[in-house]
Amino acid sequence: MGAHHDDLHDTAEPHGRALRLGIGGPVGSGKTALVAALCRSLGPSLRLGVVTNDIYTTEDADFLRRAGVIDPERILAVQTGCCPHTAIRDDIAANLDAVETLEERFGPLDLVIVESGGDNLTATFSRGLADRQIFVLDVSGGDKVPRKGGPGVTSADLLVVNKTDLAPMVGADLTVMSRDAAAVRDGRPVLFTSIREDKGAHAVAEWVTHMVGAWQHEHGEPHHHAAQQAPAS
Amino acid sequence: MNGEAALLLLADSRLPAGGHAHSGGVEEAVRRGAVTGTGDLARFLRGRLATAGLVTAALAAAACELAASETAAELWRRLDAEADARAASPAQREASRTQGRLLLRTARRLWPSAVLDTLARAVPEGPHHAVALGAAGASAGCAPRQAALTAAYTSVTGPATAAVRLLGLDPVTVHRLLADLAPAIEGAASAACASPGDAAGPTGWHALPGHSAPALDLLAEGHLTNPMKLFVS
Repeated sequence: MGAHHDDLHDTAEPHGRALRLGIGGPVGSGKTALVAALCRSLGPSLRLGVVTNDIYTTEDADFLRRAGVIDPERILAVQTGCCPHTAIRDDIAANLDAVETLEERFGPLDLVIVESGGDNLTATFSRGLADRQIFVLDVSGGDKVPRKGGPGVTSADLLVVNKTDLAPMVGADLTVMSRDAAAVRDGRPVLFTSIREDKGAHAVAEWVTHMVGAWQHEHGEPHHHAAQQAPAS
Repeated sequence: MNGEAALLLLADSRLPAGGHAHSGGVEEAVRRGAVTGTGDLARFLRGRLATAGLVTAALAAAACELAASETAAELWRRLDAEADARAASPAQREASRTQGRLLLRTARRLWPSAVLDTLARAVPEGPHHAVALGAAGASAGCAPRQAALTAAYTSVTGPATAAVRLLGLDPVTVHRLLADLAPAIEGAASAACASPGDAAGPTGWHALPGHSAPALDLLAEGHLTNPMKLFVS
């Protein structure tokens, strides 16, 4: 993946800063569980920060703090004024501010995860906010969801289909989901997970580790950023 | 008149500067039952325009005037302190600074200028929104009255949109309220720029309008106690 298509990410100042990873997907698909799993798996080896975009204030941030997988101070919650997709796509100012606040307070960081508020299939992250993005679906939403496509399913750098343990109970056919996703994703990867059974979401963590390595290879080791530096011109 | 297109950009709710996540006290007013429909909302908006709207318009005009001639950090800190002195509620000051910081970061990429760099260095935690708005307006090519007009306009359009989202009001009815307020918005902009000559500069800042709105102060403070809030303020 990645090698065969141009990198269109145009985030300002990629050099010497953390990889910014967006995690989006519909309500209840397991975004927060995935963030917790990644913190569990990657926390020992990577310097992490997390930004959440909750529907209600700090619900997801509180979940992560209770899970005890990351220093609570390294989680910042952004409020989105009823419009979670606006905050990650059309007006990313508050999220960028939160990301940079984490980098100023705790930097240098290797990875900042930005979790979107639960939204619909059309919600994707702006390239000005996320360098890479994961879209999370779950099998209980129905095995036809990948076929329906939408920017999240078709264009995310990684598609995660979660709650595979529920597939027999909801009558979801994983081969159908896999085939349909492959058909609309132009070779970009799809991973099936059951975070309930694999608390570290290890396959996803491996993919993220690979992304962080490639990012640092291209843009250098993250170093500390001073507050209020001039933006890239 | 010069600066007209810049004025439209600056006043557009699509300007990606974080404004969409602020309700200007409407969310708390709705929670307390003070705003329940378009009748209440009309009175809320009229009151907000006559108080916070006029004060921020005057500050924005002063900032725009200052930006045209001065880049001394000390003067920016003084004007920012004038804005501080006109906001009784700590929550409101915090929300204003957050919006100012986000607007400044966006404006510095849209209209790079020495003035905006100086302002960012002078008030690292983020200048008040009105101060950032005036400086951004000047950098974009707007005149002080245009900056004042933008401040007065956004003092009611943001809260109106928030009410549409929170109460499910008819958006056309709410926009009719804004249309009816148009003369008052222009009146506030004129009143904000009423000081002639030298009085528009630093020596006249003490005489800038300081209309207080205790209800808005209380709403801003009350909002912080709402565990289910959707908007930042």
